[in-house]
Formats: sequence, C-alpha cells, structure tokens
Amino acid sequence: MEMKRKERIDRGLKVRTEGIYAISSFKEIAYLIGPRLLLIGGVMLLPLIFEVAPYWKRVVNYMCVYAILAIAFDFLANYVGLVCLGGALFVGVGGYLTAIFNTYLSLPFYLSIPFATVSGACICTVIILPCLPLRGVYFAIVTLMYPILFSRIIEAFNIFGGTNGISGIDSFPNQYLEQYLIIIVMLVVLFGMRRFVNEDVGLVLRGIKDNDQSVRASGINVTHMKCMAVFIASLMGCFAGAYISHLYMFAGLSLFALDFSIIPIAAVVMGGGGTLVGAVIGCFILVPLSEVLRDFGSFRIVIYSVTLTGFIVFKSEGIMVYLQRKYHQFERWAKI
Amino acid sequence: MSDTVIISVKGISKTFGGLKALIDVSFDVFQGEIYGIIGPNGSGKTTLVNCITGFIRPDKGHVRFRDEEITQWPVHKIAGVGVTRTFQLMRPYYSLPAFKNLIIPLWSPRAKKYGGWRGGGRHGDRDTVAIDILEEIGFERESRVPYKLAGTLPTGYQKRLELARCIALRPDVIFCDEVFSGLSMSEIAGMIPLIERLKMDGVTLVMIEHRLRELFRVADRIMALNFGEKIAEGYYKDVIEDKRVKEAYLGSEEV
Repeated sequence: MEMKRKERIDRGLKVRTEGIYAISSFKEIAYLIGPRLLLIGGVMLLPLIFEVAPYWKRVVNYMCVYAILAIAFDFLANYVGLVCLGGALFVGVGGYLTAIFNTYLSLPFYLSIPFATVSGACICTVIILPCLPLRGVYFAIVTLMYPILFSRIIEAFNIFGGTNGISGIDSFPNQYLEQYLIIIVMLVVLFGMRRFVNEDVGLVLRGIKDNDQSVRASGINVTHMKCMAVFIASLMGCFAGAYISHLYMFAGLSLFALDFSIIPIAAVVMGGGGTLVGAVIGCFILVPLSEVLRDFGSFRIVIYSVTLTGFIVFKSEGIMVYLQRKYHQFERWAKI
Repeated sequence: MSDTVIISVKGISKTFGGLKALIDVSFDVFQGEIYGIIGPNGSGKTTLVNCITGFIRPDKGHVRFRDEEITQWPVHKIAGVGVTRTFQLMRPYYSLPAFKNLIIPLWSPRAKKYGGWRGGGRHGDRDTVAIDILEEIGFERESRVPYKLAGTLPTGYQKRLELARCIALRPDVIFCDEVFSGLSMSEIAGMIPLIERLKMDGVTLVMIEHRLRELFRVADRIMALNFGEKIAEGYYKDVIEDKRVKEAYLGSEEV
C-alpha cells in the first residue's frame, strides 16, 4: 500500500528573511502589504458598510474599544509577563476623569479625552505600583480587585454622582468623527505596539517576561521598566474609557464592569496570545457574536462558553498564529 | 595583577531559618586577578555570590567595591558600577534570538554611557555591537547560531551567552558561577582562552567551580568553603594540601 504523509514547506519568497528583499519585486511587496492592507481597509470601510444597519455602527465602536483593551492586555501579559486584569480599572478611571473634566471643568471633548487619558494613566500606574513585585496569578487577583474597590468607594462616599453616575457629558459632534476616531486610534495603537515590542526598549520588556533576575543582573531597574509598561497599557485603557463616556454621554459604575477585564482575555485566547493582531481579531469575532446572541437571553453565556472551550481545546494557539503559519507555509501530501 | 583591592568582603553571615549558610566569611580580591572559590555541594558558594551581587541581603557583614560600600544596594545598581555575575542555571531570554539577548544589557544605563551608538529597530546599531560581542565570545558570525532562539542553543553556547551578557556591560568584576559545569572537555578547552583573554583585558574574575583541574589552570588564588565557613585561602597547591580541605572533600579519617 502506498503511504503518504503531510509535508509542510516554506513559501519560496525572499521576503521571509526580513531584509532589503521586501522591495525587490511587486510580488514580495504584495506578500508583505496584503494582509496589513486587508485589515486596515476592512476596518476603515466598516462604518460605510453599516450605513444600511445603523444599530451595528455602535457595535463597531465597541469592537474597537474592546480591541484596544485586548491589545493592552496582550502587551502586558505576553510581552511583559504581567497578567493584568485591570481593564475595568483603566476604563473606569479614564471614563470618570473625562466626565469630571467635561462637566465640572467644562472642557471640550478634544481636550478632556487627552487629559483624562494621560492623568488617568498616571493614576492607574501609581495605584498598581505597589503590587508590581507580585507575579502571575497574584498580580492578576490584585488588579482584578481594584475596579471593585473603586466602585465601592464611589458608592459608599456618594461622590461623582454616586450610584446615579455623571450624566450630561458632551457627545461627539458627528457620527463619522465618533467612529473614525476610535478606528484610527485602534489602528495606530495596533501598529505602534507591534513596532514598539521589537524596538530595543520592547526587547528589554520581553526580557523581563522571560526572566527578570537576568534583567536586574544586567543593570536595569526592573520596577522602572514595569512601571513604564503599565503606563503604556493604561494609556490605551484610559483612552478607551474616556471614549466610552463621551459615546454614552454618561459615566457611571457600569464603567467598572468586569466585562472590560474579561472579554479582552477571551479575545486574546481566541485570537492567539503574543501576536497583538490576534487580540484585535478575537474582539472582532467575540463582540459581534455576543451581540447576535443577545436574543437568546441568558442562554447566550452557554454558547459563549462552548465557543471559548472549543477554541482552547482544538486551537489553543489561537486564530492568528494558525493563520500566520498557513500564510508563510503550505502543506502537501508526499509519498514516503 | 596589582595590589589594589577591588572587592573586599568583611564578615558576611547569612542564615536561612536554622541553616547557617555563611558564617563570618571575609576575603579580598585584587584588581586583575582570577580568584577561585571551591567547596563541596551546599557549602555556600552561590549564596556568597548572591550576597555580594545583591540578590540576597546578608544578615551581617560588609562588601566594598573599590571605596564604595555596596552591601545594601539593589541588584541593578551593583551591576551598574561594574560588578556583574553569571547564573549557575543559565538564564537566557528563551524567546529572543541569541544576539537579541545582548540588546538588554546593551540598553542598560552603564552600557549606554560607554557606547556612542544609536539604538532601535530591526537593524539598529546595537545589533552590530551585539554580534561583535558574540563573535568575540565564540559564536561564528557567518553561521546561523547567533540568530537562533536562545532557548534552542546547546548548553555550551548558553554558558557563553551568560558570559557575553556580562561582557556587554563592560564590567570591572565578573562573578562566574560554575561556567564550566555541564560542559564537555572540548567545550571547556574552548572556554579557557576566553577567561584568559578577559583577564588580559584587565577584568577581575571570581570563579566558583567544581571542575578543580581546569580552575587551577587559570586561577591565581583559591579560597575553600565548607558549611559556610572559609577553611583555606592561597595558592592552589597549598589549598589542596590543607588538612581541612582534604577532610571536606574526602571525609575525615577519624571515626
């Protein structure tokens, strides 16, 4: 009987060596730019496509917000080694700050969002600073606790509107600004972070993930570097929070909801950890999925869990890692 | 070798619970020499290095580097003045290529002070410096070895990578924690010239070693530890003839 086996071969393109060959022919250029252009073009077209279904425009905004949070989580967990479940903390702090700037100090949205992003990131970094020596699951638990802590404080002291929240925040002047703001920021964050983790500073952060003792022995202050990483991640998270506040014209305790911590993790698991793009793709699948399943009521959590479990069991590497491999290599059956 | 004392350790003691890991250990290392530390398993050699390089706070005692007291300094500050160490269990950055491993020490404040290069990017100047250092330490530039993931390298190369990480910092002192252990004879034969060249460049080396024959070839002076205590110090022939050292390694003849 004739035996066959599956053989995996690299595509014969010079561009895979990542050198000057990238511009040696149109084929190579297309090979590199193709997938990136597909993502950028696809995302930019989404608001125009959903002119026919305005309800889904909101979902696109939400997809991008969650994508930014998922990139922040992926960056911290898979490049710095800090499993940070503080997505809700970042969103809450950013959201409340922009509400305060906008309603109490009556700053316009184009000032309140950047101010809230930067000052929120500073606050989050200072809060997380004491637990930076913790590792793994302990760090995760402490960061998971912070959003709950904040919402209880706001509830108990009845500050910032207490349980009623702060309403009357300015909305965006028009819908296209609202949509393209978050889409462009998401793309900038995505490609910016992809570049950042391959810069020298990014390599130092990745070194901390692999083993921080060795980084310390190399004469680098690990706490400083971790602080910087947390600051960068909380910049993204606080921007997402500030954006949501302006989108809903409301900042309330729902900003500290656990969804903002959990969905990004699920998206990263689904999309493939450590790729950054995977986080975005995971969000683009999970967020619409949970929208579609809204009709099923509480049954949707079952479908949701089954999907996730399926991914963990059958494709634990995640979609993006799988796709990357398929893109760089092809398979064929060969005779033995 | 000169008469200048570069590392001076005075009365270091450390206990872990009831275990006395180090008891009142004192020694001086002179500038430019190779100083060997030997002792049976569990005699406190690695703990001593941990205490000096700041990974563990000693209970008592002082460590001086040149004229500075470095006893309570954090690890990165000690490495920043040029007192570096290798790890007994190799600790490369597994997910990075071998030459990218050196970007991390090259990015440190100490290395930045020396190098005038610009960093960054996929083909930044630091990459060139890193490849140069790796070639110096025995990675063939034209081969694929420097570009492989550090986790996939054989033990010999990982040990070299540990040394390279120290060299990238332009150190004054290197504490080598068992760089020869786990290597074959031919790999050790390749390492010894590296050690000798480092000495010629004026780097002071403190070597902890179980491979005594190879250590005695390069070391100027030897110290022997047993159960956390210093039992002998001096030229290697005197140390191995010492009664207490023989007892520590071979056991006492008295019943």
